[in-house]
Amino acid sequence: MDKSLKVNIQKKLKEFDLKVDFELKRGCLGILGPSGCGKSMTLKSVAGIVNPDKGIISLKTNEETTYFDSDNKINLKPQKRNVGYLFQNYALFPNMTVEENVACGLSKGSDEKRVSEMIRRFHLEGLEKRYPRQLSGGQQQRVALARILAYGPDVILLDEPFSAMDAFLKEQLRLELVRMLDDFDGFSILVTHDRDEVFQFCDDLIILDKGKVIAQGPTHEVFENPGKVQVARLTGCKNISRVEIIDDYHVKSIDWGVEFEVSEKISSGITHIGIRAHDFSAAGKDEVNVFGTNDSSKLEKPFEWEITLANGLWWKVDKKIHEHDFVIPEYLKVDPENIILLEE
Amino acid sequence: MMDWSPIFISMKTASVSILITFFVGLIVAWGIVKMKNDTIKIVLDGIFTLPIVLPPTVVGFFLLYIFGVRGPIGSFFIDFFAFKIAFSWPATVIAAVVMSFPLMYRSSRGAFEQVDSNLLDAGRTLGMSEWKIFWKILFANALPGIISGGILAYARGLGEFGATAMLAGNIADQTRTLPMAVYSEVAAGNMGDAFNYVIFIVIIAFIAIFIMDFVSLRKEKQWK
Repeated sequence: MDKSLKVNIQKKLKEFDLKVDFELKRGCLGILGPSGCGKSMTLKSVAGIVNPDKGIISLKTNEETTYFDSDNKINLKPQKRNVGYLFQNYALFPNMTVEENVACGLSKGSDEKRVSEMIRRFHLEGLEKRYPRQLSGGQQQRVALARILAYGPDVILLDEPFSAMDAFLKEQLRLELVRMLDDFDGFSILVTHDRDEVFQFCDDLIILDKGKVIAQGPTHEVFENPGKVQVARLTGCKNISRVEIIDDYHVKSIDWGVEFEVSEKISSGITHIGIRAHDFSAAGKDEVNVFGTNDSSKLEKPFEWEITLANGLWWKVDKKIHEHDFVIPEYLKVDPENIILLEE
Repeated sequence: MMDWSPIFISMKTASVSILITFFVGLIVAWGIVKMKNDTIKIVLDGIFTLPIVLPPTVVGFFLLYIFGVRGPIGSFFIDFFAFKIAFSWPATVIAAVVMSFPLMYRSSRGAFEQVDSNLLDAGRTLGMSEWKIFWKILFANALPGIISGGILAYARGLGEFGATAMLAGNIADQTRTLPMAVYSEVAAGNMGDAFNYVIFIVIIAFIAIFIMDFVSLRKEKQWK
């Protein structure tokens, strides 16, 4: 039988109505969205910590379990859902040692072997008797994961696990988490506002905005063809402009005052175009999609130049750490296939 | 010769009343924290807190109204158990419980509210029963606050005077607690005996506060 996690729920929230509908058939699903878009609420609904107003949540593994079904008045307690939830602050019990934290989801004496196995697997040897506050951020994350996996969940829910960390720790922990999740053969859902995280972790992606799903599909496809302005913005497209359509293959950008040729036929719904900041290159004056770079300013970063053109366009160029000079070319161009057509 | 009975009566009253106050206060605080309806919550919170704001004699007046011979509970006890609550030893316990309850209730409520609700949800998703979550997570993490509430309530019960005087009176060997004895001795002009009782109360109160600080400090240090 095919495994799947089906979620189709609605919930009235203060500022908007949450309405999500997806079916997960493999690996890790990312839910990307700005803060307060309803993504945490979705995760909490799956865990049973909050109750949706309407809908169905069901998991099919070897057998089918209905977590929630408003029509049939089914609402399984979180205790019965067999779901692991990794909280943003890890929610380790401060009054319990590492060992006790890992063991707390297991029934009494079920086996001490399982605890010691988890301690070993997550490299926590020697820390068994410590309290969470005596651990580093990375160790805390490992304890939280050990606690979840000791419990043997069918689904792991990750609620913005890296949002409160400094950049260095973040990168380390991401790598660790990727490795741990590779060994896990159930479903996982990662909620975040960081596009790098979903790109790294998730096979499939949902983009949520004000409680509505505005894009859905395999992660790479959503990034390559965002389709909508808001999706383009959330997947990291720096340059977005309103456009006037000139003909089937030409648009005039209103914000930048430049005309562009595109490679795809423009349909009537197109209102904006997007250009990723890395997609510009130096050009001769007479090429396609060329514009001048008068009055632009540059900003040096360790591995990147950030150039802001007078008309507001952003250009990013990779550089080496020891290079400190950069001459902005007189003209820049964008390949027609790199212009992303967007709908409002 | 000093009369030791007020000391025994006070210790007995304070010990029995703290047992009741501690558990009832804890459960009521938990109920209020979990309550979703804000209006009911505010009204109930007001009622439970009232005894520390009202003059003790006013609380005693209400208690007499309820537990007195003609009061609803008082007359019930007379009819069914042939027992008169007012001016009996249990009346000192009732007065102490009612007067010390707000301290226990407010401290534990505050301590519960300080516990990160994610911890409780984490317990739930890990399959822990609500009972286990209450004791092992909520209670354990709120313990320093709960202990200080309990000890303040104990000290308050030990020192109860006004409401006790109204409901239990000042009967030697029966309802004369330490604070009552101090008052009676001073009124009779026996400053020496009053002084002995006073010393006793001060020592107990000081020990109580010492234990409170010691326990909460130790708990916090252990986790850090």
